[in-house]
Amino acid sequence: MKKISLSNISKLYEVISREYDLYAPIKKAGKVNFAKWTDGEEVVFNAQTVRSPKDMFFPQTMDLYSLKMQGKTVEVIDDRSETAPFVVFGVKPCDCKSFEVLDRVFLAEPVDTYYQNRREAGIIVGLGCSAPSESCMCASFGVDNTEPVADVKSYIVDGEMYLDAITDKGEKLLSLIAGLLVDADSTKVDEQKAKTKEINKKLPLQNLDMTRFTADNLNEIFNEEEWEGLSEACLACGTCTYVCPTCQCYDIRDFKTNDGVKRFRCWDSCMYSDFTKMSAGQPRNTQMQRFRQRFMHKLVYFPANNDGMYSCVGCGRCATKCPISMNIAKVIKKLGGKHND
Amino acid sequence: MTNEALIPIVGVVTDIRRDTPDVKTFRVVTLDGKKCFEHKPGQCAMLSIPGVGEALFSITSSPTNKDYLEFSIKKCGCVTTWLHEMEVGQQVTIRGPYGNGFPVTTELKGKDLLFIAGGIGLAPLRSVINYVRDNRADYGKVDILYGSRSKDDLVHFNEIVSEWVNEPGFNIHLTIDREQEGWDGHVGFVPSYVEELNFDPQKTVLMCGPPVMIKFTLASLMKLGFSRNQVYTTMELKMKCAIGKCGRCNIGSKYVCKDGPVFRFDQLDELPPEY
Repeated sequence: MKKISLSNISKLYEVISREYDLYAPIKKAGKVNFAKWTDGEEVVFNAQTVRSPKDMFFPQTMDLYSLKMQGKTVEVIDDRSETAPFVVFGVKPCDCKSFEVLDRVFLAEPVDTYYQNRREAGIIVGLGCSAPSESCMCASFGVDNTEPVADVKSYIVDGEMYLDAITDKGEKLLSLIAGLLVDADSTKVDEQKAKTKEINKKLPLQNLDMTRFTADNLNEIFNEEEWEGLSEACLACGTCTYVCPTCQCYDIRDFKTNDGVKRFRCWDSCMYSDFTKMSAGQPRNTQMQRFRQRFMHKLVYFPANNDGMYSCVGCGRCATKCPISMNIAKVIKKLGGKHND
Repeated sequence: MTNEALIPIVGVVTDIRRDTPDVKTFRVVTLDGKKCFEHKPGQCAMLSIPGVGEALFSITSSPTNKDYLEFSIKKCGCVTTWLHEMEVGQQVTIRGPYGNGFPVTTELKGKDLLFIAGGIGLAPLRSVINYVRDNRADYGKVDILYGSRSKDDLVHFNEIVSEWVNEPGFNIHLTIDREQEGWDGHVGFVPSYVEELNFDPQKTVLMCGPPVMIKFTLASLMKLGFSRNQVYTTMELKMKCAIGKCGRCNIGSKYVCKDGPVFRFDQLDELPPEY
């Protein structure tokens, strides 16, 4: 394990940013989000970013390819470009886990090369949690918030950042900044981990009972009357899906440019009424059905296809951002099992 | 850079046939005149027009046709309206094939087959029917029950009356919803005609049509003693990627684009009723 004093850390950003595009949680207009670091910018480690880092690999909008049409002729132009190598700094363990969830979708055959290129070009520096909050539910989803699964894991204790490479990509990054780091033992980090684990025990959503969410109970949970009450106030704003690190539904649309068409994809939301609308009709007519789809997908359908992995990492963004204070924790408490009170 | 499933190739429309007032059949080949790709009966492809959009269509031609792909398309939305207005020689984009298709080389082999179609629902079944004609020895007797609103709405009518009726071991049963001048065939809805014809419940059924037809025809088949694991259907849901990622066609733990579009009814029974 290595360490660097936080008073010296902007040097570390400088060195990294000479070789890579560096993204880190940065405060702008009062909000902390992952943004490209430039000289003088302050990185904020003690807040949760409003948006998840899924933008890094699955941007909100991105061009897929171009098309040209002249008279009766059509041309398809594959204008994909290689992604420049980049580093994402300060990713919390829940968000680190979200990449594993996204991998299950985008790296499944046939592989999504847009995502894959970004995934290969990106180096993730995870940051262990020291102050989980009341909206945190990572532990309920099997995420250890003291062990970020990333290329490099890091911890901030007493004004110092501790760093440990996990993968070859991580080794490569640490060798680049080796001159700034000194050897460290893990005593203080271990103390912090133990403290964080104690905090987890006291938090209200870190031990949700999800035992009922199995493929065998699929139809029973689907038919629960509780969905009506849970979804009653849903405004269908889609905020939960946009801030969610694992929501990956997308739309493909055409944008007309001066000399052709850019076919692009953008995030979409199963909470929207036109998500499944066809000219012939619509399988999910009510907001209750759309609301149910989102949670059934995260808690039952996705795990059924992915060795029990939930499509939720318990980051709690939906809980803090929903305008009607609905969230996945409330759904789990109603439907997840009898040990939720 | 590696191949990307979402990036299509260019195809050219070499023939357009008007089948009914709102259904046309389009023939598509590559720019050098070849078949765009091989497929299985019941599989689909994404067609698009730049600036208008991409949509998924079942391939109506048989895989035994080695020259081109055909799509029978009903005019009902943005993309389909554009396709209906285009002329021969128009280029489009195409990618595929997508989906599982009907199990013609496994579960359906050696079986007596009963095809039941309503309206544009014949489009995906035609691929199987012509595949069966070209591999006649592999299948038993074939019944085709096809119904539509009127005589003019029967898709592929010419092929049915000039080719399918002459196929050995084929029985064709056509019906239209209401009496019509110049029609001396059966009049009535598909579900009741199924009961009237009293099909042997040993047959394997391939059914496609509007949801209301499917619902009542399935009930009729049950009455005749068929079981749900003998009945196959092919589904249609909104799709954008067709490769199981965009999330639109998700029902339960299945994605219609990759796990379907062909399902047996006993398989559908395990899914939430959201289709």
